[in-house]
Amino acid sequence: MANVLVFTELNDGHVKPVTLEILGKLGQAADVAVIGDISADQVADLAKFGAQNVHKLKGANLDKYSPEGYANALAEFIKSKNYDYVFAGATSMGKDLLPRLAAKFDAGLASDVVNFTMDGGAFAGTRPLFAGKCLAKVELTGPKPHFVSIRPNALGMNANPTAAAGTADEVAANAGEIRAQIKEIIKAASAKVDLTEANIIVSGGRAMKSAENFKILEQLADVIGATVGASRAAVDSGFAPHAMQVGQTGKTVAPSLYIACGISGAIQHLAGMRTSKVIVAINTDPDAPIFTKADYGIVGDLFQVVPILTEEFKKLLGK
Amino acid sequence: MNIFVCVKQVPDTETKITPNGDKSFIETASIKWIMNPYDEFAVEQALLIKQSNPAANVTVVRVGSVKDTEALRTAMAMGADEAVLVEAADNLDSFSIAKALKGAIEKTGKKPDMILAGKQAIDDDCLQVPQILAEMLNLPSVSVIVGFELNGSTVKVKREIEGGALEIYEVNTPVVLACNKGLNTPRYASLPGIMKAKKKPMAQFSLADVGVSDADRRVKYSEFQLPPEKPAGKKFDATDAAKQQEVVSQVVGLLRTEAKVI
Repeated sequence: MANVLVFTELNDGHVKPVTLEILGKLGQAADVAVIGDISADQVADLAKFGAQNVHKLKGANLDKYSPEGYANALAEFIKSKNYDYVFAGATSMGKDLLPRLAAKFDAGLASDVVNFTMDGGAFAGTRPLFAGKCLAKVELTGPKPHFVSIRPNALGMNANPTAAAGTADEVAANAGEIRAQIKEIIKAASAKVDLTEANIIVSGGRAMKSAENFKILEQLADVIGATVGASRAAVDSGFAPHAMQVGQTGKTVAPSLYIACGISGAIQHLAGMRTSKVIVAINTDPDAPIFTKADYGIVGDLFQVVPILTEEFKKLLGK
Repeated sequence: MNIFVCVKQVPDTETKITPNGDKSFIETASIKWIMNPYDEFAVEQALLIKQSNPAANVTVVRVGSVKDTEALRTAMAMGADEAVLVEAADNLDSFSIAKALKGAIEKTGKKPDMILAGKQAIDDDCLQVPQILAEMLNLPSVSVIVGFELNGSTVKVKREIEGGALEIYEVNTPVVLACNKGLNTPRYASLPGIMKAKKKPMAQFSLADVGVSDADRRVKYSEFQLPPEKPAGKKFDATDAAKQQEVVSQVVGLLRTEAKVI
């Protein structure tokens, strides 16, 4: 059995769900490292999914994220143990931090893995390349520990995880020299979940015609708890900021439900959303490529269909 | 001031990807290669710095196959001064590429003040190379930047995180910065620029020249395959306004009873 560490970042003091997805998929006891503090309840939740020891790293200059401070602190801790593998979520922080951390060990990192096995204690994963236009098997070689980042929402929650002890301790951590420091954080205009972690996404394309018209998608999103996205055509036309772009040069997403409104379905857009579990497409053009990927296609004018959709969801959800 | 820009050459975003014969990579024979779109923002940022610091030198560095040098020529046509090419297969892993870039930068004999790159290449989508390179060169790094301000030797950058929130960093040069869309608007290469680019120097090295061998591979790929095709879905006609209510109601019902996602 491999000796595994799962690093979890905190979102407002809460363990990110991807951590539980990883623990549940591992199918063996693993240690968890967190920088900062988490409650006994959260430690208990981690234990249910197989956390053996939960190490809370605490030290000066670690109150907020910095690529160097976090990499230094974690590297020192990992060196004090004998881990074969270090897993983390492929979140904004994970994607920034893990390459730096792995490089400190001259070690390899498999990024954005969507499925994996640990047969005989050896990692073998599957990851999308070319924004999901193809998949490949990924394996790691060279010095250990090996590093793996897991795409949020991809593994899903294990309904019957194997529990472990879940003992917690505090570890004195050293941030070392931090040259790139966060001076300020500007909160997002919307408090919604990020596209990459969203369970439901409502996306608009060029046919939205204006930034103003995205309001009808926001109204729909509010009813079903969705995050609003956009196609590259809509972003390039100035209807939406790049942070909202889904596709090969935007975000790759995997929600349970993706509702594409007025999106024709260019290859680069399909690449970014094709792994969505259920896809609904609304488009006036019955031959639009998006319909080849849609579970439910509605041929019609989005400006007429979307408001009806919003009302129907309201009825269904009793809002 | 020495600015290095790391660029990668990738298949055009409209390319249909197919696995090659032994599934060890993709079929590359008929691919149209372009500069990685995120790298364009890095090149543009370097050129903007050069506009206000005419003494600055912009070197573009690429690790990849030599059959097409589109990315480097484009960068020089946009205004970069010179190029360095390290010949390698197009499926090298991030660790090897970062090590080759480090070796190539050192080969130039110029001490970097700033190293810019795209936040990710749209082929393997790893988002690794800039941060690994920074660690190898013992430099600070900030990735996914959408804002840039240089004051003397201090850089203030905006890093985009989840949901469009921003982290504002201050860091002294030398530094490695990985650029995101939204940072600037990349210029088009002008015709005179394209002509001039043909005469600009391009140094070429092998992987061995820059100290990289097969032993540096850390990530192995195999079994390339197309994602499973979805079975055909259900299509409803709602072009007739009189039917819209009924159609939408039916779809919402199916989302609950059949797809069970709401």
